[in-house]
Amino acid sequence: MKEMINMVVVLTILSVTSGGSLAFLRDKTKDRIEQQQLKFVKGPAIMSVLPNVTNDPTESYFKLNAGTKQERSFFVGMVDGKQKYVAFESKGKGFGGEIGLMIGVDLETDQVVGVGITTHAETPGLGSRAKTDPAFTNQFKGKPLMETFKVKSDGGNIDALSGATITSRGVSDGVTQAGAIYKELKPQILEGLKTVKK
Amino acid sequence: MAKTIVQEFTKGLWKEIPPFRLVLGLCPTLALTKSVENGVGMGFALTFVLVCSNILIAALRKVIPPKVRIACFIIIVATFVIIVELMMQAYTYSLYEKMGIFIPLIVVNCIPLGRAEAFAYKNGIIRSILDGLGMGIGYTLSLGSLALIRETIGTGSLVGAIPFLFSYNFTNIFGEAYQPFSFMVEAPGAFVCLGLMLCVMNMLGKK
Repeated sequence: MKEMINMVVVLTILSVTSGGSLAFLRDKTKDRIEQQQLKFVKGPAIMSVLPNVTNDPTESYFKLNAGTKQERSFFVGMVDGKQKYVAFESKGKGFGGEIGLMIGVDLETDQVVGVGITTHAETPGLGSRAKTDPAFTNQFKGKPLMETFKVKSDGGNIDALSGATITSRGVSDGVTQAGAIYKELKPQILEGLKTVKK
Repeated sequence: MAKTIVQEFTKGLWKEIPPFRLVLGLCPTLALTKSVENGVGMGFALTFVLVCSNILIAALRKVIPPKVRIACFIIIVATFVIIVELMMQAYTYSLYEKMGIFIPLIVVNCIPLGRAEAFAYKNGIIRSILDGLGMGIGYTLSLGSLALIRETIGTGSLVGAIPFLFSYNFTNIFGEAYQPFSFMVEAPGAFVCLGLMLCVMNMLGKK
């Protein structure tokens, strides 16, 4: 009996100390990790979806709460000192899990200016072409964001990647969702723009 | 046959060098030796985990009940692995991205667990530190040398940076006309290369 209590006590103390110290460390490194992700993952994606911006969108961004859901960052792209685009993240369900998307919108026309894939776990050579083949994501360009995007086999107007219908569907869903978010938050986005330094 | 303190350290460098002699920790040895940068990065991460977990396990060896020792080892090793993961995300993000899943997989790597069970649980702190350090450096050297061969032959150049130390950039080592032998940086090349290395190590160890 004494041995059993001993085992429980030692394991508990070890787990609690380990959990506590990790939580502390996570807290300490959180901001820095976020910065690094901005620089290495989101930064390039943002630049690829916003054409010809003259500022650094990773430095001018604001955060909004989408309903009760998690916080979203909106990155502002400026052309010649004028706030012209915002880029924000969305996600769709692909074949191998979630597909992270970065979507750029023109603030005046509400048109998509670019769609980029940030993270994915799609089949290399098939679904992964969604990221590497610009012909696929270019189809979204110039279309109004608030419409519903569907692949052709579902009655929409997006050409699916051959052999990767589920991936293409996931990306289309993700962009459609982004449209819903944009529609819902448009007034707040316009408010938020004022808080970003020009 | 008691070993001297110096021997505890040096055994990891040659006599019991982890991937070649003990044939442990092969998964990252095969997967992360595409480039010297990845191999050495993995070696550093493992050395840190190994030294820290050895210290803690040696210090707690009288407290940890034998029946739940494996569970305790895993908690300790996992804690240090997550510390490494967070630190790499915060300070060497590009390397973290390249190594990806293999950082968390150190938890189930045989080396830290093996050293904990076979050494740190039975020895004092000083000896455990030296053991961990020796094994870690031995592992780093093995991964580094394997990666050196694979990257040089497979791509014809050596480009990258050793974290916190220096960066290097040698392109076209064999001259412009060299056609990269890309088999060496693919998975089968890793097996062939590791097999040949093991063979050479056995030949050297035989005499």
